[in-house]
Amino acid sequence: MEKNKQFCTFYLGDLFFGVEVDNVQEVFKYQEMTRVPLAHSVVRGLINLRGQIITAIDLRARLGMDELPDGQKPMNVVVRTEEGVVSLLVDKIAEVLEVSEDDFERPPDTIDEITRELVLGVYKLENKLLLTLDTEKTVRLGPPVSMAGEV
Amino acid sequence: MDKNSNPDSDLLKGKEPVAPDMTPDPINKDQTEADMEVSSVDNSEDMSGMDEIINEFIVESYENLDQLDQDLVGLEQNPGEVSILSSIFRTIHTIKGTCGFIGFSKLESVAHVGENLLSKLRDGALTLDPPIPSALLAMVDAIRQMLSCIEKSQNEGDVDYSELIETLTTLQKGESAKIAPAPTETSSVGKSEEVAPIAQNEPPVEILVPESKKEDSPAKPAEPSEGVERKQEGRSMADTNIRVDVKLLDQLMNLVGELVLARNQILQFSSKDQDAGFLATTQHLNLVTTELQEGVMKTRMQPIGNVWSKFPRVVRDLATSCGKKIRLEMEGKETELDKTLIEAIKDPLTHIIRNSADHGIESPEDRKAAGKPEEGLLRLRAFHEGGQVNIEIIDDGNGINPEKIKQKALEKHLITPDQASRMSDHDLVNLVFAAGFSTAEKVTHVSGRGVGMDVVKTNIEKIGGTVDIQSTYGEGTTLKIKIPLTLAIIPALTVMTGGDRYAIPQVNLLELVLLEGDQIKKNVEFIQGAPVYRLRGQLLPLIYLSEELKVKKKDDNDKVNIVVLQADERQFGLVVEGVRDTEEIVVKPLSQQLKGIPAFSGATIMGDGKVALILDVMGLAQSARVVTQTRQRARLESSEKGDGKETDKQTLLLFGIGEKGRMAIPLSMVARLEEFKQADIEKSGAQDVVQYRGEIMPLIYLSKIFNGDTSYTERETLQAVVYTKNGRSVALVADKILDIVEESITIKRASNRKGTLGTMVVQNLVTDLLDAESIVREHDPTFFDNQSLATV
Repeated sequence: MEKNKQFCTFYLGDLFFGVEVDNVQEVFKYQEMTRVPLAHSVVRGLINLRGQIITAIDLRARLGMDELPDGQKPMNVVVRTEEGVVSLLVDKIAEVLEVSEDDFERPPDTIDEITRELVLGVYKLENKLLLTLDTEKTVRLGPPVSMAGEV
Repeated sequence: MDKNSNPDSDLLKGKEPVAPDMTPDPINKDQTEADMEVSSVDNSEDMSGMDEIINEFIVESYENLDQLDQDLVGLEQNPGEVSILSSIFRTIHTIKGTCGFIGFSKLESVAHVGENLLSKLRDGALTLDPPIPSALLAMVDAIRQMLSCIEKSQNEGDVDYSELIETLTTLQKGESAKIAPAPTETSSVGKSEEVAPIAQNEPPVEILVPESKKEDSPAKPAEPSEGVERKQEGRSMADTNIRVDVKLLDQLMNLVGELVLARNQILQFSSKDQDAGFLATTQHLNLVTTELQEGVMKTRMQPIGNVWSKFPRVVRDLATSCGKKIRLEMEGKETELDKTLIEAIKDPLTHIIRNSADHGIESPEDRKAAGKPEEGLLRLRAFHEGGQVNIEIIDDGNGINPEKIKQKALEKHLITPDQASRMSDHDLVNLVFAAGFSTAEKVTHVSGRGVGMDVVKTNIEKIGGTVDIQSTYGEGTTLKIKIPLTLAIIPALTVMTGGDRYAIPQVNLLELVLLEGDQIKKNVEFIQGAPVYRLRGQLLPLIYLSEELKVKKKDDNDKVNIVVLQADERQFGLVVEGVRDTEEIVVKPLSQQLKGIPAFSGATIMGDGKVALILDVMGLAQSARVVTQTRQRARLESSEKGDGKETDKQTLLLFGIGEKGRMAIPLSMVARLEEFKQADIEKSGAQDVVQYRGEIMPLIYLSKIFNGDTSYTERETLQAVVYTKNGRSVALVADKILDIVEESITIKRASNRKGTLGTMVVQNLVTDLLDAESIVREHDPTFFDNQSLATV
């Protein structure tokens, strides 16, 4: 079927998310990061990806979810966006799924506002729901926290 | 090229003579160049800049022409192909445009008629009849011929192309015309495989000898051989240049960056290893890497002069059309910056310069009336500073009237009256960058259409730069552009704070100071809670990096590491928790998500492969208010008091005399603050002196003068205000240095004491204003005597 799309899927808590495969550069396990003081609170740090410095965004924080429980290390889903290559930190990476457009639906109005803003839609799979992420909006952050001494 | 399908050779017969006055006069062009030389300050350099443009043009045009040959033949085979037509049209249009710009009028006129013909074809007003491709090919040959001539001798040559022009014009009118070939020089000059068939198809007798050849018979014999020579040289220039995709250079640059990092790591290992062979290899690797790095950097770097070289012409033309006299000076042409940045600043710079010439510099009459020289001065300056490229455009024109800006901005509702009342002149002037703002009272063809400065600002900010205007109404305007070197490899100092590493560009670094134990309490003082350190008598404001970055301190030891940094004209000390070594780092830009944090200018990968942030010294200084601190605090205070007056503000140094006495001296009169040990004080007659900077400096004890107090002899160290005039210094010994404040000097009570100018209230306390001059004169009547120094 032509209308099928492929998604790279991952978990955040018990939520099942997907990013279109074409937008994903690569995935890799947890890597140490350099924190960035004064940055937006969802920015976890900078990662050296084979000589390229990329920013890691905590997707849990971005969606207003609780922090990952202690001792658990997030994994990186590196996405290509208009704002450059960015790593999204997720709990666990799952498989690449092919889904049919027929199963697509707009996100319901009842879900949390931030999530609704960043989620393009929902694919109704056999046994679960796949939320697809708007990566462009996800990596577009507001201005950083105000600088020291700014009135 | 398949010329056999060209049935047009018979069209060459019976051509009509061409009016000689159609030939563009080559002298015109020479005049233009001569004019240009006059208008520019530095002839020789300017001409080499011109050469460069011409060379670029030639290399580019050759490439385009090769493409054109293919396109034209392709067109002949598929006459309906609009995309080929458009491509040909664009190529000819580009050549025409560039010639017009450089001033090759003959070449331009040929390309121009060709372009006309092509535009008719493209629009479908003409069909591609057989004679047309041949005529166009003849035009290509003519252009090629002129190019080779230009390359050889900097002018278009004497060949007459008027009949070719005529043919093209006739064809364009839709009449069937006969094809004039490119004049005969073609056969010698442009004798490439593609051209040759034309000549073969034409019966030799019917090739017209250009008139110029008849006239120029003495030059004739030399020409064929010269032509061959030209041909070879023409290609050689194209051969020594390779066009490389900038992307490839980016990639190379990244790889070299990686190599530098790997090298750094290996160097770290080798320092632990004793193996001589390994050490030698490492050293070699080190050298080669450095050279490779420099080489690759160079491929991307271009002197800013490449962009500037067109400005003398721009300014000259503008000056002529506006009836002004403008001299253009350039400084720092050789300042190199990355190719992509050069491209990016080209348009904004041109715009700014047009603006300065059009709006900034006044007409000679106005200038005369204002007491300025008739000739306006426009200066371009470029230099590297603080890991950035600075470009300044300075004019001595009329400047910007902040009042006018305010009016305009209010009219256009860019600001509210409330905002306007609170804005400084500097802020007002910088409103010209607001979108939709234009200050020109009349719209000229040059500028003043309301778009412009905001676009300039946007374009500069797009490459991570900043732009700022400083203007004194009536005296001139300085526009400062700062562009970061995003692709550079720079030496940097690594420091630690909160357990993280940060890199500080070495260019900002002045020195390192380490305070231990007792020294900390003794040397770090506080002015209204703001820590300062006395660095050789000068107060150095301190900034704690951990506080600025709002990170927790990691180790709270009893050491204070002060990194003395330079930001703009001010110095400040950055307190960090540890200082590591210096390292070459590859500056990488921060991602979009992290832009806008003023404390960081980029990031880099350290020897161990981890990422470290690069501190933006200027940004830190600004956010910590080091740079504008005093001014802003003063403004804040005055507005709190409600007097709102900012006149006569002076920075005063406050010091204590005796138990309660407070005195002030304008900081402008203070050369330095010094501390002397009692042991260093020597006698010269009855006079106490110290050896200071290779001179003997007398000491004047203020407490003795004012209070008759001589307790200073019991003190171990003495604090002194050094007063310098005409190269001579004297130390005014105070009992205690208190503070530095900005105050307007309002004398409440006239002086009743010798040695003071009066009494005022500073920080709610009565303070005497020291009359330093009278005290010094009292002490040494010859001190202010200019001659005394020379005779001593």
